[in-house]
Amino acid sequence: MIAEIGLAFLWLAGVLAGLQLIIGAIGLRTDRAEMMAGVRPIAMVQGILVGLSFWCLVAVFMQSDMSVKLVALNSHSAKPMLFKFAGTWGNHEGSMLLWVAVLGVSSGLIAAFERALKYRTHIATLAAQAAIALGFYGFLIFSSNPFERLNPVPLDGQGLNPLLQDPGLAFHPPTLYFGYVGISVAFSFAVGALIERDVGPAFARAMRPWVLGAWIFLTLGITAGSYWAYYELGWGGWWFWDPVENASLMPWLAATALLHSVAVLATRDGLRAWTVMLAVVAFSMSMVGTFLVRSGILTSVHSFAVDPTRGGFLLALLVLYIGGAMALFALRVGTVREGNQFDLMSREGALVINNLLLSVILSIVLVGTLYPLVTEAMGQKISIGAPYFNSAAGYPALLLVVIMIMGPVMRWRRDEFKAVMQRIALPLLATALMLLGLVLARPDVGILPFLGLLLAVGVGVGSFAPLWKRNLRRTPLFTYGMVIAHFGIALSLGGMASESGFIKEKLVAVNIGESNTVGPYTVKFLKIEPVAGPNWTAMEATLEARRGDGEPMILRPQARMFSNPVTPTNEAAIGTVLDGQLYLNIGEPTPDGRWQLRMWWKPYVTFIWLGGILVALGGFLSLIGRAVREKSARARKASPEPFASGDILV
Amino acid sequence: MIWRTLLAVLLVIASPAAADSLLPDAEMANVQLSDPAKERQAKALMETIRCLVCQGQSIADSDADMAADMRALIRQRIDKGEAPESIRAWLVERYGSWVSYAPPASTITSPLWVLPIGFFLIGLVLVGGRLKVKRKK
Amino acid sequence: MKHIWLWLPLGLFVLFFAVVANGLINPADRVIMSTMIGKPAPQFSLPSAVDGLPGVGVANLRDGKPKLVNIFASWCIPCASEAPMLEQLAKQGIEIHGIAIRDRRQDLDRFLARYGNPYARIGADNDAKAQISFGSAGVPETFVVDGKGIIRYQIAGDINPSNVGDLLTALKAAK
Repeated sequence: MIAEIGLAFLWLAGVLAGLQLIIGAIGLRTDRAEMMAGVRPIAMVQGILVGLSFWCLVAVFMQSDMSVKLVALNSHSAKPMLFKFAGTWGNHEGSMLLWVAVLGVSSGLIAAFERALKYRTHIATLAAQAAIALGFYGFLIFSSNPFERLNPVPLDGQGLNPLLQDPGLAFHPPTLYFGYVGISVAFSFAVGALIERDVGPAFARAMRPWVLGAWIFLTLGITAGSYWAYYELGWGGWWFWDPVENASLMPWLAATALLHSVAVLATRDGLRAWTVMLAVVAFSMSMVGTFLVRSGILTSVHSFAVDPTRGGFLLALLVLYIGGAMALFALRVGTVREGNQFDLMSREGALVINNLLLSVILSIVLVGTLYPLVTEAMGQKISIGAPYFNSAAGYPALLLVVIMIMGPVMRWRRDEFKAVMQRIALPLLATALMLLGLVLARPDVGILPFLGLLLAVGVGVGSFAPLWKRNLRRTPLFTYGMVIAHFGIALSLGGMASESGFIKEKLVAVNIGESNTVGPYTVKFLKIEPVAGPNWTAMEATLEARRGDGEPMILRPQARMFSNPVTPTNEAAIGTVLDGQLYLNIGEPTPDGRWQLRMWWKPYVTFIWLGGILVALGGFLSLIGRAVREKSARARKASPEPFASGDILV
Repeated sequence: MIWRTLLAVLLVIASPAAADSLLPDAEMANVQLSDPAKERQAKALMETIRCLVCQGQSIADSDADMAADMRALIRQRIDKGEAPESIRAWLVERYGSWVSYAPPASTITSPLWVLPIGFFLIGLVLVGGRLKVKRKK
Repeated sequence: MKHIWLWLPLGLFVLFFAVVANGLINPADRVIMSTMIGKPAPQFSLPSAVDGLPGVGVANLRDGKPKLVNIFASWCIPCASEAPMLEQLAKQGIEIHGIAIRDRRQDLDRFLARYGNPYARIGADNDAKAQISFGSAGVPETFVVDGKGIIRYQIAGDINPSNVGDLLTALKAAK
């Protein structure tokens, strides 16, 4: 019964989305107030209905209702409750419904609470959101129905892939989907602005919080995904250039460029066409990502089980939305009045180079991900992985980091090279010292980790440069946001370089009581015994890790066997200390009764994700800071962006 | 009757399609070479060779038997002094370029390097049009 | 912005669409085939895997007669299902050499006792080295090797009524 009610809610929400679009479009076109007045209530009801539909799906999963096909294929009654809940979106149909639900609910929230927008823009945005939602309602209802029944009803389900039975599942997909939805709102703004020919600072200021919000969620989602893969897959890798990972990275790159671009538009009324284009590109990338993950066109550990007809449907939606938006861009952006011009040696110039480099990195990731399809069409099967991406994307990224040292201290409109160099004297000195240190120590690291370490120090110090010679109490919150975000990048870069360059690996076959060293640690194999969980059994090893005279750490890695579906997994044991992580994994026993033990010492690897969190925090501070500034400006009836200020960015 | 068949079908789908070998992994699959420089070479190569039976993992990151055998093969040959690129070429000769995560450099794959440079140059051209040219007074 | 550049994004999207649509319409075959077809069989020499049958090496493949090299294992379920086909081929006088992957003697004996033994020779490939040098990516796989020791054809997966015809054609062509 619940499943049928859920499907009914979905249908109703879809119909309302259609209504929202039609009434909105006609109302705008003919400028009829009564029609436009209907859009907001409809959007709110649509949000409620699709939210209810999603909760119905959650309910059948929590109840383990095996008469629903999706539950039978992806869940099991013995699963822990958290994974019954999160398992709702651990499959294609459920995650699609989650995506649509987030989209619908946020449209409803915009309709209910958004006050700062011009009325016509507000309606146009809601209409655009409805247009996007409509395509996906159709996709769900006609091609990926989550509420389909199964007859006869099986006794129990096939269970959830054990790799997904983890708190990460509760956090990572929803966070990413909030990000993608925020990007879609920015996209709707851009489309509305193109239609209304209203691309200016006001449009940018309205769009900025949505871009920031979406970007914060994307940053958190990607960081969480990386850490989840790191501890879950058992080999300690944190980025694989896997197509699905790239599918989440590409919108993030575009959103980062958009975020910087929209700030220039808001503050300086420059980069109009770039901003609109980047909004379209960011949304396109999230659509492309959705397509790649669900069409089955590329092999990946992370992709859903799919069939090509779904891929075709999604491709049709892509053509509609992306093709339509890009055609609109080509036709309309020429009529948008040009914004202010600027020198290359200026804050705008640095931001333009920033956007350019981000776009280049984005194009490298896109081309590298899709190129196997191109060669396939020519009869050759190839694989493109880390060797290509690390150098092709790595060097432009390092160049971007150099720009990041200079940009924040440059003046708007025009600046002098010598003056800029003086302002970053301290970061340059720090970089030079690091270079000296690295050259003297001669660590045996590759060129990329070497440069990464160097620039991490440079940006780490340089990110604080905008704060020097300022009254810290009167510095706006969004300035602190920028500083923290850039510092987060430095931290992350440092972590990546340190782990890649200085990781220590030890593979041994041990007997009980034996000790081995890895990095600064001595690890003693104390015992191994069988343990059981709710839907798994395992051999759990107990290992004691000592470092010098410090307190020993007890770590218990497991070799697990899940019951539904029958799958062996590795549960690594990770010991976190200030300067890195000890990563231990237990494997198969050898014929003579010893146990395979894999040990890694990863110096400063935690900085990678700590940096990611700081980046998101910086974004959050900027978001709050801007909201505060807007509010106080409204109260004083002043403009929140006095153009003369050579001041800060986001 | 029908549900019994369906149950049987579901159970078959749930169990692994093929059983696994009962023999332990090949010896050098999980034992490091004694020479750290050689082990580093071997590790670097393993991380760029694709597992043939996995969904997109290198043989360094895979628990599959075949991946273990390939790791053992690589370690043994590096120990004997063979260059990593020679081993990669040997594997590519047997499985095609697909088995290597480093794409081959050929006319077909040249866009991989040409296109990004092209985008950068196009971008510079577009940006150049927006910049104020310093006029000498 | 100059007029023509405005259409660049749309143009790139059209390119993307073409690539991706082709990938959907002509999906890639996920099976990795050996690229040794047409090349000489690799150097290998495997000890005997069961009592009563000799091991197999590349020298045995150069005896002037075309033959099949069947890569299999006792723990491999599709290998059991293709066993009757191999029996039939052996009865037709086709010489079949087996390479057993990561198998124990007792398990192989049991497998052959249960499903029949069509092999003239069986080599024990416990570290899959020979399998890898053939460019084989799994079990079961069957290679057609001609009298001069050149690999001429490959079936990846089990031999069944749908592909045995092509196998026999390839065998005939290898004479």
